[in-house]
Amino acid sequence: MDLNLQELERTEFPVPAELENNIAITSLSQLYNWGRRNSMWPMLFGLACCAIEMIATASSRFDFSRFGFEVMRATPRQADLMIVSGTVTKKMVVPIVRLYNQMPEPKYVLAMGACASGGGPFKEGYNVVSGIDKYLPVDVYVPGCPPTPQALLFGMIALQRKIDGQSIANGDDVPWYGIGPAEPTPVPVLGPDIIDPRQMDMIRRQAEAAAEDMAMVGQRELPSATQLVAAKVATAETTGAASAAISDDALSFVLPTGGNPWTEAEEIREKRRLRALARKAVRASRRSAEAEEE
Amino acid sequence: MVSPALAPDDVVNALSIEDSIAYLKSKHPDAVADDEREGYSGVLVQASKLVEVARAIRDDLGFDYLSSATAVDYLGAGDHMEMVYHAYRTSGGGALVFKAQTEREDPEIPSLVRVWRGADFQEREAWDLYGIKFPGHPNLRRILMWEGFHGHPMRKDWREAYYEEEQKPFDNRWPGGHAHRSEEKNVFGKNVTYPPDIDLNRLMDTSESEVYASLGLGVDVERILDKDGFETNELVVNMGPHHPSTHGVFRMVLTVDGETVTSLEPVMGYLHRNHEKIGERNTYLHNIPFTDRLDYISSMGNNHGYVLAVEQLMSLGRKYNPPTYRCEAIRVMMVELSRIVNHLWAIGFWLNDIGAFFTPVLYFIQERERILDFFEAVAGSRMMCNYMRFGGLFGDLPERIKSVSNLTNDRIRDYNTMQFLTEMVNERIPRTIDELEQLLTQNEILLERSIGVGILSGDDAINYSAAGPLLRGSGVAYDVRRADPYSIYPELDFDVAVEQDGDMYARYRVRVTELRESVRILKQILPRLEATEGESIWADGKPGAYAPRVPFGEAYGRVENGKGELGYYVVSAGGRGGSSNPWRYHVRAPSFINLTPMGLMSSGYKVADIVGILGSIDIVLGETDR
Ligand code: SF4
Repeated sequence: MDLNLQELERTEFPVPAELENNIAITSLSQLYNWGRRNSMWPMLFGLACCAIEMIATASSRFDFSRFGFEVMRATPRQADLMIVSGTVTKKMVVPIVRLYNQMPEPKYVLAMGACASGGGPFKEGYNVVSGIDKYLPVDVYVPGCPPTPQALLFGMIALQRKIDGQSIANGDDVPWYGIGPAEPTPVPVLGPDIIDPRQMDMIRRQAEAAAEDMAMVGQRELPSATQLVAAKVATAETTGAASAAISDDALSFVLPTGGNPWTEAEEIREKRRLRALARKAVRASRRSAEAEEE
Repeated sequence: MVSPALAPDDVVNALSIEDSIAYLKSKHPDAVADDEREGYSGVLVQASKLVEVARAIRDDLGFDYLSSATAVDYLGAGDHMEMVYHAYRTSGGGALVFKAQTEREDPEIPSLVRVWRGADFQEREAWDLYGIKFPGHPNLRRILMWEGFHGHPMRKDWREAYYEEEQKPFDNRWPGGHAHRSEEKNVFGKNVTYPPDIDLNRLMDTSESEVYASLGLGVDVERILDKDGFETNELVVNMGPHHPSTHGVFRMVLTVDGETVTSLEPVMGYLHRNHEKIGERNTYLHNIPFTDRLDYISSMGNNHGYVLAVEQLMSLGRKYNPPTYRCEAIRVMMVELSRIVNHLWAIGFWLNDIGAFFTPVLYFIQERERILDFFEAVAGSRMMCNYMRFGGLFGDLPERIKSVSNLTNDRIRDYNTMQFLTEMVNERIPRTIDELEQLLTQNEILLERSIGVGILSGDDAINYSAAGPLLRGSGVAYDVRRADPYSIYPELDFDVAVEQDGDMYARYRVRVTELRESVRILKQILPRLEATEGESIWADGKPGAYAPRVPFGEAYGRVENGKGELGYYVVSAGGRGGSSNPWRYHVRAPSFINLTPMGLMSSGYKVADIVGILGSIDIVLGETDR
């Protein structure tokens, strides 16, 4: 939603007659968001085929400057928006995470195309990361291979809508309005395969298990098609047993805890979440009380 | 048969392929033998004599251009590794194919870098992906994957983390459709077992110094990196992989002495998305949309090379109908239109690199949009056309071109196709080229920046296997459309663009001339389209097989694409009724091989020229890294 001047001037607050039509009243959040959503500078950062369509979107026929994505900056330090435009490979994700860490907050990520969203046509490849969201928080996904310029524009406008909904008062859904420290995303490392430092604990456990010739933790055989059918019949009888087994299994891979630089961040996030929940509860009760009064 | 003793050089030089093979066999009777496998051509050379034979092929027989060198893993079909070389004469004609075989365990084949420098990157790729060692190679390091990656992924027994089955269509998807995806079985996408003592800090350390160590170009990197060594003014400068002028995720490491570049090492693989591994799991038809994503500026040209290669294989079998005349004409038209797109894009972004930031590009993209609208109307997608089929096309030209995108500044609404094409070919595109030339060709700044910069001599260009405008800008009139004609090019009237100077400006001139020649070709195509109006694009009137069965054999299909010679080496394992998946699928990517002389072309110039030189080669990373 853009700021509408006429709308803003129509206010129920008492305004002296001589100042009429000269005063606009709005909330700080709204004003702040209005400024920010209309000056989102994307990073000039092309990865693959989708980058060509991104350039086409920037050029005169589609021209995303019209919507406030004024100019592409080649340095992450001047950019607000990272458009991940193409296939993310294991070799490339290392610099991508670094670039993301170098962007000043508030910062947003738009996954452009099938590849950036989930690996796309190259998902099965040995050097391909199946989606940038394995490493970075993504705000908007734009499907397509490549998305047409219109689709990309639509995604960018969707991002602006998202910004409209954010509030300075609400530290929980916009981390950079909160008080916690900026948490850099851990940069992956290229070893025998790509290693996410956050998975190091699990990798070590796996390696030890393998050295002792035990089954790999973290690898899970799914039942074959026939077994699936059988399982479905079974679940119909003993409601949900099979699915419960699977989700239990997955839960054993929560991030490592204890003596880990990210624990702190985790705690902060948890605190924020609790605070937000409390606030939400207060708001809800107030609303219901108001409804009752009416 | 010509006896080697009697043949003076010039006679030998003009020998046909058969006679050349006979010559080789008589000269090296114990090292050279015919490749007698069904559907294969060329000769098998004993690995120990390979360099000697290669010298004879280059010097005695005049095959001075090594187009492609690639490895094949014949696991379960002889259990050996094989290097396949395709050599051509720059004076034109077909390929002399020669192969060398080695064990699968600890494979080793002597390096040909000393004979053809163009083998450099291709051998590194074979080492990286197949683990073949090349004794004699000056810098045998991984090129697409990083140092320290586990295994050599293209080997047939190496399985990716999301491995499902050897070949598509996967049983669980088709025909029953009980799809369960491999990533659910392998949540963290791992197929590695790490050593228990794995140490992150150690790993983080190596990757950077590896790159600098791999420079190996006669500069003492250790000394330069030593921060205390104030007495020297040499520096190591890293450019990329995130850099506005590397045309994607490409990286260069240069050493500079003041402003002057002393050496340059391209570092690639940041967009290596395993095209070939996936291609060998795919069916033949599956691969067509994947080829779109190689050189994503000119997808039509990529399609063309691939269908030519597979058609060549299919023609070995019994049931095969060659494409009709109308189909060929449409193909050529599409390819020429994408060449125009490619060159406009290349020139525009090259100008970006030498300082005319984005203004010229915007003009050229405008014209590109018009052509993409046409592609969208015909093939359904702007960029990834997926248009050509074996023996035909996805569909004939529609009667009318309608605007698919409802943008206010769309000039096209609803046009008759031929009227649209006529206007585009006769008016719009020539007008754009005129405008381009008017602004640039005599532009003082452009001349100043580009004349005498990034020089590559003709001999070097050939020896380094340069292709396309890079080769023709160095005075070698070698264009696959003329040298080894395919499709209906022999009957079309056009000239091969060539410039003598070998600098950036010469490459620019070649591109401009090629734009004009493409328009000339298109003008000849239009009447041919009109004449064949109503004819089918399929030989027997109905679309070809959905899943073609391809007989045993090998094929190398090559086309002149915008960036240079694009080749596909496809091996079919045959079997009863033919194979449905390629055994080997290799792309000879011009963008990749054209980077081989990059170091040579850059040393001695200023840092600011480097981006211009790279732009004048015109690479696209989808093809470089595949
Ligand atoms: S989504 Fe498609 S067009 Fe985009 S980078 Fe991936 S393959 Fe290329």
